[in-house]
Amino acid sequence: MNRNQWAAIFLASMLALGMLTGCSKKENTNEEQGTSPSSEVKPAGSSAPIDPATAAKISGTVSFDGTAPKPSKIDMSQDAACKGNNTSETMVVDSGKLANVFVYVKDGMGDRSFEVPKDSVTIDQKGCQYHPHVLGVMTNQNIEIRNDDDTTHNIHPTPKDNREWNESQPPKAAALEKQFTREEVMLPVKCNQHPWMKMYLNVSKTPFFAVTGSDGKYEIKGLPPGDYTLAFVHEKLGEQTQKVTLAAKDSKTVDQAFKQ
Amino acid sequence: MFIAFATFLLIVAGALVTSNDAGLSVPDWPTSFGSIYKIPRMVGGVRFEHSHRMVAELVGLLTVTLAIWLARSEKRRWVKILGWLAVGTVVLQGVLGGLTVLYFLPAAISTAHAAVAQTFFCLAFALALFTGKRWIEEVPQVEFDDRHPTLFTLTMVSVAVLYVQLILGGMFRHHGLSWWPHVINAPTVAFVLGWTAVRALTAYSKVDAIRRPAVIMLSLLITQLCLGFVAFLTRIAWGKDAVQPELPMVIATVSHVAVGALLLAITVVLAIQVRRHVPVRFEERVPAGERETIAA
Repeated sequence: MNRNQWAAIFLASMLALGMLTGCSKKENTNEEQGTSPSSEVKPAGSSAPIDPATAAKISGTVSFDGTAPKPSKIDMSQDAACKGNNTSETMVVDSGKLANVFVYVKDGMGDRSFEVPKDSVTIDQKGCQYHPHVLGVMTNQNIEIRNDDDTTHNIHPTPKDNREWNESQPPKAAALEKQFTREEVMLPVKCNQHPWMKMYLNVSKTPFFAVTGSDGKYEIKGLPPGDYTLAFVHEKLGEQTQKVTLAAKDSKTVDQAFKQ
Repeated sequence: MFIAFATFLLIVAGALVTSNDAGLSVPDWPTSFGSIYKIPRMVGGVRFEHSHRMVAELVGLLTVTLAIWLARSEKRRWVKILGWLAVGTVVLQGVLGGLTVLYFLPAAISTAHAAVAQTFFCLAFALALFTGKRWIEEVPQVEFDDRHPTLFTLTMVSVAVLYVQLILGGMFRHHGLSWWPHVINAPTVAFVLGWTAVRALTAYSKVDAIRRPAVIMLSLLITQLCLGFVAFLTRIAWGKDAVQPELPMVIATVSHVAVGALLLAITVVLAIQVRRHVPVRFEERVPAGERETIAA
């Protein structure tokens, strides 16, 4: 083979590599725009509808036993545009009550399917922190991601079961609209430009979930009577579960305590 | 030598990207935020990632210039080939860097990016050595090696164990493996390199070209072991729950990568110098079965 033939082979290989890379990027874009055909949510009503007259409710408080660790300080000095609350939200404990615990019905719904809410949920980037820190959303529900800071962020979910993506969002840019197609609990979302920025998305097939507030309280309404496994998940402290039996119109209190 | 120095800066810049968790702060490649030439606002992770890209472009340009210069002015064909091999390595390195961004930092690609970076650094060091005045003008001071294993074998084993250590370290840094394979392999590296340095310094201390790299290798090995211990403390023992990359961890891990690169390069230089100055006697290379035939 002469030199020209070798040069032609090299150029063809580089072109093939470039095309391969281009194709993979395109595939990601489809997923980002929610045009993937692999939607998992069946049409609502494939099983018996829930009768609002018999619907039950679970509420309770999640507490933290022991001495809560002091919130870590965040150093935001690497970007002058970051002027937010500079404490970490990994462990938010107020008077023994634990915030940011995702509470959901893990088991007991059988093959029921639920209509995806038309309303979007919002993630706001403000003060170089994500608001909220922990969020629940249904599969295929629209998530609106806003940037209220005077700096560029990038939003980078690192899921196990959903498709990964990474997009930057300049200040004042239009909100990003995203959906996740598969169930996943404590899906980390981070900003690689501001490495302290982290939040957790929880993608559920059912609408029966809640996130504890700063008072540790949660409430899940509209449950049909039945036997359920209720899971309490914290980003650092892990998962705990409780069995709950609900009769028609029940209103049960289910509290949970985490330890370090 | 200038390219070797620029490559060292590039390795430090790359290590800063990983230690600051800034690998995906610029989400696109080969463009940066959609532009091929515009410098983005250098804040947060972007200042690490984009600086790394800019130094990489400079090293790529310098390497192509060097290869063209060698092709035009160098008489030794193998040195010209080495120049083009450096260009191929720098292109491969750029493509690996791009792929790791586009595929969200898979451990295998990121580790390959780290390993090829240090291979290129060794190539740049070797080219600096081969094109240096001393290499061209000196009459090599030769001493034969009669021991087993030979010093050349020891230097080659040293390079091999350092490569294994580099891959284990890279896999840990890029979340493909736990920390313990890298830590467990460290005594093996220390033993092999220590043996090589002691052999070089006791048997060939009169040969400057062997003594100098051997002393540097031993000093770097001791420094590297200390830095490895500090990196372990700051990243694994104390820093595993840190909310963001902390300065002591960044300094320790980046220094560990930088000294590791220097250690690999100086070991390669020692191997080259041993090959030149300490040849194995011809008789030693004859297989035992054939020795009798020759004697008869």
